[in-house]
Amino acid sequence: METSITRRRRHELIIGAVLLLALAVLPLPIHDVYTRNLIIITVLFAGLAQAWNILGGYCGQISLSHALYFGVGAYVSTLLLTRLGIPPTLGMFAGGALGGLMALLVGWPCFRLSGHYYAIATVVVGEIGYLLFLNWDWIGGATGINIPYVRSVGDSWLWLQFRIDKLPYHYAALAFASVAWLVAWLIEGSRWGFVWRAVKDDPVAARSLAVRIFPSKMAAAAISGALTGIGGAIYAQYVGYIDPDSVLYGQLSILIPLPAVLGGVGTLWGPLVGAAVLIPLSELTRSYLGGSGSGVDLMIYGALIVVVALARPQGLASLIGVRVRAPAGADDAAAA
Amino acid sequence: MPPLLEVDNVSKSFGGVAANVDISFDVHDGEILGLIGPNGAGKTSLFNAISGEVVPDAGEIRLAGRRISGLPPEQCSLLGIARTFQVVRSFDSMTVLENVMVGAYARLSRTRPAMARALETLEFTGLAARADTPAHSLTPAEKRRLEVARALATEPRLLLLDEMLTGLTPVEAAAGVQLIRDVRARGITVMMVEHVMEVLLPLVDRAVVLDLGRVLTIGVPTEVVRNPDVIRAYLGDRYAAA
Amino acid sequence: MTSTILLQVVVGGLLMGLIYALVAAGLSLIFGLMDVVNFAHGELLMLAMYATFVVWLATGVDPLLLLIPVALAMFALGVAIYHLLMARALSVRFNRGMVQIFVTFGLAILLRGAAQFTFGSDFKSVSTSLLAGRTMDLAGVFVPLPQLAAGVVSLLAFGLLLLISRTEFGRALEATREDREAVALIGIDRDRIFALGWGLGAAAVGIAGVMLATFYYVSPSVGANFALIAYVTVALGGFGSLFGALVAGLLIGQVEALTALLIEPSLKQVGMFAIYLAVLMFRPRGLFGTL
Repeated sequence: METSITRRRRHELIIGAVLLLALAVLPLPIHDVYTRNLIIITVLFAGLAQAWNILGGYCGQISLSHALYFGVGAYVSTLLLTRLGIPPTLGMFAGGALGGLMALLVGWPCFRLSGHYYAIATVVVGEIGYLLFLNWDWIGGATGINIPYVRSVGDSWLWLQFRIDKLPYHYAALAFASVAWLVAWLIEGSRWGFVWRAVKDDPVAARSLAVRIFPSKMAAAAISGALTGIGGAIYAQYVGYIDPDSVLYGQLSILIPLPAVLGGVGTLWGPLVGAAVLIPLSELTRSYLGGSGSGVDLMIYGALIVVVALARPQGLASLIGVRVRAPAGADDAAAA
Repeated sequence: MPPLLEVDNVSKSFGGVAANVDISFDVHDGEILGLIGPNGAGKTSLFNAISGEVVPDAGEIRLAGRRISGLPPEQCSLLGIARTFQVVRSFDSMTVLENVMVGAYARLSRTRPAMARALETLEFTGLAARADTPAHSLTPAEKRRLEVARALATEPRLLLLDEMLTGLTPVEAAAGVQLIRDVRARGITVMMVEHVMEVLLPLVDRAVVLDLGRVLTIGVPTEVVRNPDVIRAYLGDRYAAA
Repeated sequence: MTSTILLQVVVGGLLMGLIYALVAAGLSLIFGLMDVVNFAHGELLMLAMYATFVVWLATGVDPLLLLIPVALAMFALGVAIYHLLMARALSVRFNRGMVQIFVTFGLAILLRGAAQFTFGSDFKSVSTSLLAGRTMDLAGVFVPLPQLAAGVVSLLAFGLLLLISRTEFGRALEATREDREAVALIGIDRDRIFALGWGLGAAAVGIAGVMLATFYYVSPSVGANFALIAYVTVALGGFGSLFGALVAGLLIGQVEALTALLIEPSLKQVGMFAIYLAVLMFRPRGLFGTL
């Protein structure tokens, strides 16, 4: 049975595969450390934005607490390594599991809140998480944790540590982003994908078609939180040091969704396009213009966000012909 | 065998205004039942009670002997009640096919079977050619038809149609009537609210007439149309005397 | 812990609470009007504080005298923000809710960067003022005069806001909040109401900023702390309710002060967050929320 839907999805898979291949070879000719780092961070954030997109874009819950899941993933994986000697490639899944669990715990009471109440409740939850970690001495508190390089093992995939050549981190990030993309692709074509769009368009009609909203929101939260947690674990291994100010801070909760929102929320390519534009721009302006805290980089970044949000509310991805949602008017989580 | 739907002394008020007062009637399996009455008679309110959007203040509603009043819309839908809305509620950001698939997903969790059922339903309702059209760009008549298709995809036992034929051209209305007949031929019981009498009365097997929240009379169309109380309710005392 | 210390803390919490209430009132006003959570609200506070600092530094004028000029300037800024940004954000056809959130967020970053660029990120403070460094002895409780003045001014400003809400403009505001679409039918110019609402909201937070500058440090990031407390206060009090903002502000002020005293200063915010979340579970629309 071939329909326009199956055709489109097949095309998406092909494009995704080509993109994956391109990104896999992209860093090979590049030896400049700065650029390689930029690519890794961009890819990682593309994956994080996609993970957020599952809850915030497809399911329509504007969660502003994703730094919590990111940080939890980073901390869990790191603590399992430093306290129990568990290799991070296994520990990251524990990080993901806990990230997903946290998302469920947050979602369960918060999903009954509408629009802005929900957004602010998530901001508060994220802030609580930050403060608790900051004051929790057993896990390092404000000092943070240095991730040790296990000398006896050397560079290793199992231990996700590479000191001599950092290129494998790129592939770890790429694997993560690909999984996030694939999960989004699977969801888009599944019952949840359809049902969530229906609920966003018209919740009353959706209920009349036996759509049970709450369980599916919880599922979205769990998946989104778990993926974000895994991303956090990978990030921890890459940068080698974590503390609440680097993995749990409030602004991170805005930075994670930002590529998805500006790239095209609730679409497959939006988070990727958004990350590809925003991350290099912010990193480059910070490096060249933001030195010594001049603030110019922030001004440019802030202005860019405003301009893109107003000029292209359906997302930058629409500029390259990506299918965007029709002006439904009901796509307005804030008006719930 | 109990009737498919039993409405048993149902009453509902909204903020002091009585929308439904002591409504009782049965819907027989396989019939097309009309629900008529002047504006404000309580028809949509009753629909909302049956489909679970609203909980009656008093009385009970039973589907095949099982109590459904008080259950939320999602559950009523799973038990076999589907409906269209007076003001069309289509999923405007989705295509026609995608809209109907949402309905199909009510009973089928995997995409392939849901898509197959949706396509089959589109064929049945004559919308197959518009499968990839975004719902927001359909004509009003097509949107009504889409709502019916979407409701049918949930494999209901009882289909509630809320003014599905209102505001259609005679040609569109005739096509709509045929669709309703086809739906019944598939074994689905239909209950329809309608204003357009010339279209409704030839179509339905029986009619329930509501006025000011109460049941005025129940009967076959030919009786109902001659009932002086009915005439008075619709047209006022002048015509009742005639 | 003596009763004097407790009383001291309670009074301190009361005064801070009044300031929180004023900041929250401005936020609630803006949200109540047009469903916009102004994520740049903290930065508006920061701007007012910097404005106060700059004028004081340049002219030596006592900050207390700058109350009216800064409030007026902030009013104008609020109106400008509405016309330049928010009016466009409102008429967007896709993802309106998210656009509003992220436009104000972008504005916040822009303003913070501008402050950093202009003033650098080190802390500044207004060191000389009529009331600076003076305290008053109220039955054994030492109340710093700047904080007391801030509390009093906040209360007065709040009263003023309540008064405005009873005027015709206030009722137009209320009507626009209740039914955005219908007010056009009775001749209310929605655009003008929104702009004025933004102006008032910004002016309110501007007044709070001037008073804060007399005893709090000024830096580009100072807005962020207060902003979060403001969001919590508004959500706790209920979006759209001025009275709710007052009650919630006072409550938050107390909880913060008492948590710092009884549990741990660095966790003082956790206390207020916990209260906020607890209330939300039972009253998803806040204590007095109508929206």
